[in-house]
Amino acid sequence: MSALDAIPVNAEVATGNVEPLLHEIRHALKRLAKGEEGTVIDLKRLPLAPGEEERIEATLGVGEVRAEVDALGPTEIQETSYPGVWLITHRNAEEIIVARFIEVTYMPELLKSQQADVESGINRLESELADSNNT
Amino acid sequence: MRKDQTLGEFLRSQGVSRRGFLKYCSATASLMALPPSAVAQVAEALATARRPSVIWLSFQECTGCTESLTRSHAPTVESLIFDAISLDYHHTLQAAAGHGAEAAREAAMEENKGKYLLVVDGSIPAGNNGYSTIAGISNYDMLIDTAKDAFAIVAVGTCAAFGGLPQASPNPTGAVSVSDIITDKPIINVSGCPPIPVVITGVLAHFLTFGTIPALDALGRPAAFFGQNIHDRCYRRPFYERGEFAETFDDEGARKGWCLYKLGCKGPTTYNACATLKWNQGASFPIQSGHGCIGCSEPSFWDKGGFYDPISAGNWGSRDALLGAAAAGAALGVGSALAARARKRKAQAQEEA
Repeated sequence: MSALDAIPVNAEVATGNVEPLLHEIRHALKRLAKGEEGTVIDLKRLPLAPGEEERIEATLGVGEVRAEVDALGPTEIQETSYPGVWLITHRNAEEIIVARFIEVTYMPELLKSQQADVESGINRLESELADSNNT
Repeated sequence: MRKDQTLGEFLRSQGVSRRGFLKYCSATASLMALPPSAVAQVAEALATARRPSVIWLSFQECTGCTESLTRSHAPTVESLIFDAISLDYHHTLQAAAGHGAEAAREAAMEENKGKYLLVVDGSIPAGNNGYSTIAGISNYDMLIDTAKDAFAIVAVGTCAAFGGLPQASPNPTGAVSVSDIITDKPIINVSGCPPIPVVITGVLAHFLTFGTIPALDALGRPAAFFGQNIHDRCYRRPFYERGEFAETFDDEGARKGWCLYKLGCKGPTTYNACATLKWNQGASFPIQSGHGCIGCSEPSFWDKGGFYDPISAGNWGSRDALLGAAAAGAALGVGSALAARARKRKAQAQEEA
């Protein structure tokens, strides 16, 4: 236990924003299930008390899919225990969180291979094959 | 980044994939307080954005604003904002000084006439030009000269935006804000002492992305960051509604995280994004750390009475004025102020004991 932990501060504070956010996610899921567009919620925009973000995470739980994208620092993409609800955490190279989103979608955009990257990959593969044919 | 490159070309040349670019755009949209649905628009605009020239002038300031900016949680995503602008003059950060540096400023102004962004931190001494000079040029003359061909001006920090601490009574240098002098250019006031670093980068990102200035509030501040007061976004607001206030910094209420209004918190009259963006990589902000907001992003915050007097005490300034008002039988607010003073005296006495 550090000296700071010994200070008897017990801030049990609630903004009342956790439940509305969970309802917002429920509404977004219903829209998604009806074939409407997905929803992205920026967690940095919402006033949350210490511990409330953890409460949201705990309520959403951990689902079956977890992926890490290594682009300009790591990005964790975690499906929550509610299929279609994803928690996306963008970190920079120093592992500091730069943005955090809840995405309600079948597949987060960042997981898909991107057209421009696919085209660049074709060029690289063709060049690789041309090189190996020349040797 | 070469000046003829677009940001999209630059990022590709650095080996940044489209995926990386989309992540960059998501973080940038969040930085600009844009809704996540705007990411596609941001991506389209950023891909073709060209490197804008930025000239940064520091006048009567403490360098806290530059410190804040350079410590913004950066590498990769946010630092790319800086790679994507051409910071052509910043006398605190650049190695060059004196006439050579001024020649570089003049060259950047000439090359980017009408297109460069001028960033100013610090107030301007109007009382006597000799109070603050750079390479023998007074702050006033340098501002007039550099502003004339700028696209827009960003007044960073409360000193540049509203006069700030140098303007505090008795204002010995006759300090004034940028907008007191320049009246024919768009001015974006990014106030705060210092401003939240991601608010500074957010404004730069907006200019980089859209080539325009963001929507502003009545005091010329970006509405996306200054549109709501600290109080409305404060997680302690429910305690305020229930009338649960900390009376001293170490009482039961303080330990339970109750509202700091009676301890002088200026959240209800202060417009800024501290309660949501927070400080130090989003770790905390003053109220979360147990201290009331001092209202540093508002004009004349230093002269609005004691930091530990409740807002209801009004702006009384001196002890004599305060006692005079109390003698006149005025108001619960004044009573609160006196109680606050009494608490402070008691706390001081306890500390000395």
